[in-house]
Amino acid sequence: MRWHERIAGDRGDKLLLSVLAAVTVLVPLLNLAVPATSSLHLSTYTVTLLGKYMSYALLALSVDLIWGYGGILSLGHGAFFALGGYAMGMHLMRQIGERGVYGNPVLPDFMVFLNWQELPWYWFGFDHFAFAMLMVALLPGALALGFGWLAFRSRVTGVYLSIITQALTYALMLAFFRNEMGFGGNNGLTDFKDILGFNLQADGTRAAIFIITALFLALGYLACRLIVGSKLGRVVVAIRDAEARTRFIGYKVEWFKLWIFVFSAVIAGIAGALYVPQVGIINPSEFSPLNSLELVIWVAIGGRATLYGAVIGAILVNYAKTVFTAAFPEIWLFALGALFVLVTLFLPEGLAGLLRRREEPAT
Amino acid sequence: MNRVRETGTPKVLGDDAALDTIEDTDLDTSHGPILYLEDVTVSFDGFKALNGLTLYIDDGELRCIIGPNGAGKTTMMDVITGKTRPDKGTVYFGQIIDLLQLDEPDIAQAGIGRKFQKPSVFEQQTVYENLELAMHTDKRVWPTLFAKLSGEQRDGIAEVLQLTGLTEQRNQRAGALSHGEKQWLEIGMLLMQKPKLLLVDEPVAGMTRQEIERTAELLLALEGKHSVVVVEHDMEFVRSIARKVTVLHEGAVLTEGHMKEVQRNPKVIEIYLGA
Repeated sequence: MRWHERIAGDRGDKLLLSVLAAVTVLVPLLNLAVPATSSLHLSTYTVTLLGKYMSYALLALSVDLIWGYGGILSLGHGAFFALGGYAMGMHLMRQIGERGVYGNPVLPDFMVFLNWQELPWYWFGFDHFAFAMLMVALLPGALALGFGWLAFRSRVTGVYLSIITQALTYALMLAFFRNEMGFGGNNGLTDFKDILGFNLQADGTRAAIFIITALFLALGYLACRLIVGSKLGRVVVAIRDAEARTRFIGYKVEWFKLWIFVFSAVIAGIAGALYVPQVGIINPSEFSPLNSLELVIWVAIGGRATLYGAVIGAILVNYAKTVFTAAFPEIWLFALGALFVLVTLFLPEGLAGLLRRREEPAT
Repeated sequence: MNRVRETGTPKVLGDDAALDTIEDTDLDTSHGPILYLEDVTVSFDGFKALNGLTLYIDDGELRCIIGPNGAGKTTMMDVITGKTRPDKGTVYFGQIIDLLQLDEPDIAQAGIGRKFQKPSVFEQQTVYENLELAMHTDKRVWPTLFAKLSGEQRDGIAEVLQLTGLTEQRNQRAGALSHGEKQWLEIGMLLMQKPKLLLVDEPVAGMTRQEIERTAELLLALEGKHSVVVVEHDMEFVRSIARKVTVLHEGAVLTEGHMKEVQRNPKVIEIYLGA
């Protein structure tokens, strides 16, 4: 890492992680320990909303890692997020058991509704929490491995790669829409009851999931920071800036890209798994190409190749989205587009660029 | 004109694991040449960029290659470094390494370094980081993730900084260097790779006189320790460093020899020097 960037980075890191730590402690306290009558009380709705933003922030980190540092513009990263979400959703479905509308102890409601007699083989094992959590990482990782291996080995780069990632997530969306796939068709998976025996609607469970999400965000952040600060991180930046040159000094570019892509997909999957119990549903719209485009915009607005920029961008844009879609739902997409154009024109380094510009006025 | 290259079993080095063996079994140059190009032909849409090119570079030699535009100089470098596959011909590095079986990173790891015509450094990273990235070491993914610079490696980088005169600028972004400094940094990166053979494409294009002299010193200092092939247009520069010159014309060797002999050769004067 550049020495001056490391200084800025260090300050950004400290600031971000301190804020995150404070939020992790304060938000559950204000929700659980402060009586509802007090003006300081935070509603459970707000806690869950913040938790959702944080899972988005983790997703944005995964995009910043490959796009900001690696120059791999994935326009289908939502697919990995959704796969992680589905793995979690399948576990939560299996936990419903006899409490479903049809009371079938094994089959989820939608399967009973489709007159299925037995559980498809790929649903086996998801009743075990540990197995499901393994799949949260493994499924997106395996997809990224297969896809990345084919794409990078054939030296598909730039806009062509972006287009096929977009096609990937679109194809998955169409597949998951089909009832025959066994993932609940367009309704997806929902009506979750509890996780590890704790009621998902309870304030305590919500606060706990919030804290866990915050911890994963911090862990993901630190892992990404360590990676970009390592020699591997510098090789990845070298590939971004001069791919052919990196080959000629002896690095197998394909393997480096593949490694970082798979790592990023696993983080995106974990983010999806944290997202699902908080919003209570996962459906094929999570695969929609639009979602993947949006999350690239979060990173662009926050600032690429800084990591903290991605976190800030994801949280701010989603907060704006919450406010806008409540007040003027029909103009949200225009507002997002305008924001993107403005940031590209006036803040090419995103919001994080403002911070950096103030810290090193004379470069 | 064909020189003897023992036809042993060619070594195929597809996977990373096999790379380690290259370093151990030192390059076999027992028959003199370090690089053999024999009857190499490359055509692009019918145009023959290389036309039965046969060329040998001796171990430890500093060779200059000249020739008019389109003579095939850069294509020759592309073939040696794995960027372009020839239609026919053989390319061997030492006695046993068949370069046509390897890709770019394998060839680099086997000990061939290349400096591009346009200065090509990692502009967003510091001079020091550029040298560190080029450093000869295990370049597979996991070892790179956990790589830490050893004292010896630090010394190696410091030495190259010294040699290239970039010690002062070591923490500067490479993008902020002057044109000449970038060229030296790139030569420094080549040295960090500890190559046995350096291919240097037009090292002094766009340089001032002083910078050219400095570059000539740098390249002369390498002679003996490494084999160096320099492709250059600047005749004065070639005169100042060349021991042996090869003239390429229309994808094949026109003549080879001392700069003085070559300059007197009427064919050379006709196609190149006279122009």
